[in-house]
Amino acid sequence: MINNLNILLPEIFLTLSIFSILMVGVFVKNSFNLIFNLSSLIILSTIVLILNSSNNVEKIFLESFTRDAFSNFFKILILVASLFVLNSSKNFILDKKLAKFEYPIIILLSILGMFFMVSSNDIILFYLGLELQSLSLYILASIDRDNLKSSESGIKYFVLSALSSGLLLYGCSLLYGFTGSTNFDLIAGELGKDNTGAVFAMVFILVGLAFKVSAVPFHMWTPDVYEGAPTSITSYFAVVPKVAGLAVLIKFMLIPFSKILMEWQTIIIFISIASMILGAVAAIGQKNIKRLLAYSSIGHIGYALAGVATGVISGYESSIVYISIYVVMNLGAFSCLYLLKKDGEYKENISDLSGISKKHPVLALSFLVILFSLAGIPPLGGFFAKFYVFTAVVEQKMYALAIIGLLTTVISAFYYLKIIKTIYFDDSVISFDNSKNKFAQFSIFISCSILLTFFLYPSILSNVVDTLFLN
Amino acid sequence: MDFPILSTLIFLPLVSSFFIFLSRGQKNNNSAIYISLFSSLATFILSLFVWYSMDYTSADFQFLEEQSWINDFIKFKLGIDGISILFIVLTTLITPICIISCINSVKDRIKEFLIAILILETFMIGVFCSLDLVVFYLFFEAGLIPMFLIIGVWGGPRRVYSAFKFFLFTLLGSVLMLVAIIAIYWITGTTDVTEIYKIKIPKEYQNLLWLAFFSSFAVKTPMWPVHTWLPDAHVEAPTAGSVILAAILLKMAGYGFLRFSLPMFPLASDYFTPLIFTLSIIAIIYTSLVALMQDDMKKLIAYSSVAHMGYVTLGIFTFTKQGIEGSIFQMISHGLISAALFLCVGVVYDRLYSRMISTYGGLVNYLPKYSFLFIVFALAGLGLPGTTGFLGEFLVLTGTFQKNYLVAMLATFGVVLGAAYMLWLTKRVIFGVTKNDQIKNLKDVNKSEMIMLVILALLVILFGFYPVPLMETLNVSVDNLINNYETDIKTISLN
Repeated sequence: MINNLNILLPEIFLTLSIFSILMVGVFVKNSFNLIFNLSSLIILSTIVLILNSSNNVEKIFLESFTRDAFSNFFKILILVASLFVLNSSKNFILDKKLAKFEYPIIILLSILGMFFMVSSNDIILFYLGLELQSLSLYILASIDRDNLKSSESGIKYFVLSALSSGLLLYGCSLLYGFTGSTNFDLIAGELGKDNTGAVFAMVFILVGLAFKVSAVPFHMWTPDVYEGAPTSITSYFAVVPKVAGLAVLIKFMLIPFSKILMEWQTIIIFISIASMILGAVAAIGQKNIKRLLAYSSIGHIGYALAGVATGVISGYESSIVYISIYVVMNLGAFSCLYLLKKDGEYKENISDLSGISKKHPVLALSFLVILFSLAGIPPLGGFFAKFYVFTAVVEQKMYALAIIGLLTTVISAFYYLKIIKTIYFDDSVISFDNSKNKFAQFSIFISCSILLTFFLYPSILSNVVDTLFLN
Repeated sequence: MDFPILSTLIFLPLVSSFFIFLSRGQKNNNSAIYISLFSSLATFILSLFVWYSMDYTSADFQFLEEQSWINDFIKFKLGIDGISILFIVLTTLITPICIISCINSVKDRIKEFLIAILILETFMIGVFCSLDLVVFYLFFEAGLIPMFLIIGVWGGPRRVYSAFKFFLFTLLGSVLMLVAIIAIYWITGTTDVTEIYKIKIPKEYQNLLWLAFFSSFAVKTPMWPVHTWLPDAHVEAPTAGSVILAAILLKMAGYGFLRFSLPMFPLASDYFTPLIFTLSIIAIIYTSLVALMQDDMKKLIAYSSVAHMGYVTLGIFTFTKQGIEGSIFQMISHGLISAALFLCVGVVYDRLYSRMISTYGGLVNYLPKYSFLFIVFALAGLGLPGTTGFLGEFLVLTGTFQKNYLVAMLATFGVVLGAAYMLWLTKRVIFGVTKNDQIKNLKDVNKSEMIMLVILALLVILFGFYPVPLMETLNVSVDNLINNYETDIKTISLN
């Protein structure tokens, strides 16, 4: 047992470092900068630890914790995304006076929760990870506590999320009742026989997960929370928990529910179509960029779920490719928001972007690339993401899903074009301050370069993803 | 061929647009203009070299390039035959002309404009070179981005509406094609066009797939009733944008029919011929009538484009040698003539900022050189013998008469209507009484305008009298297309 602890090395390292920097924060005054830099360092070292660990499947603690290529991939994606979110938002945090030392620590705690989510092979461990993550997110949503909107979004998120966690927990207990086990592998073995009760359990669990990835019809919290929370938190919400949520969804399909895939699939197809349509239609009328990105993220989750809905490995792979490119696009989009600063105030309305192409040509160009990529226009990265997903969908002869999905891309293209119109076609109104936020510029640059050059060698990502499902 | 000449051709404009981007910060835009002019001329010369070194006697694809691309299953495959080379040369010819034209007409943000034009050129050449469905789709769709910006940033008062309409119409048509492309991959196991030609797509899938491709090409051609985006886009686009739109973007669809719809879905093409004939005839007659009633010169030419593209689709679906050669010829000829007519409108628009026919009148007294060139193109546009316009329409009609008398007669009636709106336009703009005093002070065409218009006029007349170079290039490829089509029809319908 002790010999096998190196399987848990990244988690152990992360936990101990979190507690250590918490102590540093308590005893050192004005320690935000120190803690912030230490957290980045911790994230970097955890990435190195995971890269060095082997990709063989190994299970520990009564087979409740798995480490394999799948979980390692998602952990790295979560860490890299968090690193970019944290660093590009540092200036924003300082400007908004959110510079409390707890901020990065809570982010690290939520990362730890997600680690256990993607690695869990047992319902109880999965639930613990999920709750650790959710609790951290409640605090983060309301971290700007003197701001009414931020507190409101925190409460809203807490109440709704607690409800969905309750449903999920109910599903878990049903599942335990019907199968007599909490271990994923054992559940999968039991479900082969009689599964009427397990279908109920599955629906409850799915509701909980759909809430976490903000898929329709469990999306209601998303626009309010996205708008109310500080932008730095919104960008974290938009990217990282979705990755973890999708990973868990795929994991549930792969192991415990692999025998009742049919029932599960029907629901996911419905959720996917509903998310795509709502994401496309509801975003049209939005005036606030963060709200618009909330609806757009609902739509994007719909596309990612379309890949999951196929119920085959190639479909899951396409979803993972999709979510990875989604991460790149959203990191770029949110980093752009950090640069919209005028007289110390951050602008959030689409109308504030009016005509910025004249005074800020590079920022405008970055917006252009990211928005066309979000709309899925070739030759940008977003097109390939959609291409992979729909290739997998058509392979399963789900033509209706493919056609509805692609038609919604046309509708959603409309609101992305509307932003581009504001940026390029309208008259210039304001000019923003020169930004000192170098890291945000760096991450915009990285994001745009990836999106622009993705077409040169598109298989680079899918080659990695292919290896995740070898065992 | 070891040297990747087609990739060079495709990516040369893209690379030079990157250099223009880097030259940012200087006060004058001369360096940007010179770089773009130089690179587009280099591309043109390179494409002429490719044309020259091609083997016309073989119907195979030449200058093949292949590279593994998306995973193992989709290859980045390029290659050209006698049909595509003509469109490539047309593209590379029109681009430098557009760049010259925008020196006069684009006042604002010229650097960005040139970048957009060059990027667009890359995508357009890519469309005509690609031998893989996904590569084709990539280039076909990517062209929307620069064109959207060209219309929206440098366009007229209703530019936003037009740019959105253009983008969304085309995108809506194309997404169905994407589903079809993916479906073809799962049916045949490849998206390589040459492989699909050999494998043959089963009968039961053909109709649906054909319709999906049709939805994209019909919007792009544009065919009646989905042509409504074209007049808006043309009217609002800046001169260079209209020229590229009319001369090249519309031809992508005609090319798509020839390269994909016909050889890949022969049975469906045969089955849907009546549909195409009906739509083409409506396009020819209805839009000619609409063109008659326009007050806006650009709108008139835009509607005439729809009518002319009607001949193209008509010719392609006759499946006769004359019909197909005629429609390819018509596309090239329309590429030259409509480009020239839009440039002509641009010349006077730059002086008076009006496109209304009523603003002008009696130009012949004050702008003699301009009037002469305008008349040449107007006559070419109505299909006067001795110009390319005549040959294209004549061949298409010859092909149509072999298939269906009624359709051919109706189409011939369209020629008369074409003459009517073109002559009436000429009468109102060039001749007549000068009511507007501003016209008396106008300067005649300047040197750069002269260069572009004279080059186009010479080409229109040269190929009108001596079409042999074009026809020789086409000949074997078209023969091959028709032979394959006929054998396909026989073998598949026997099974």
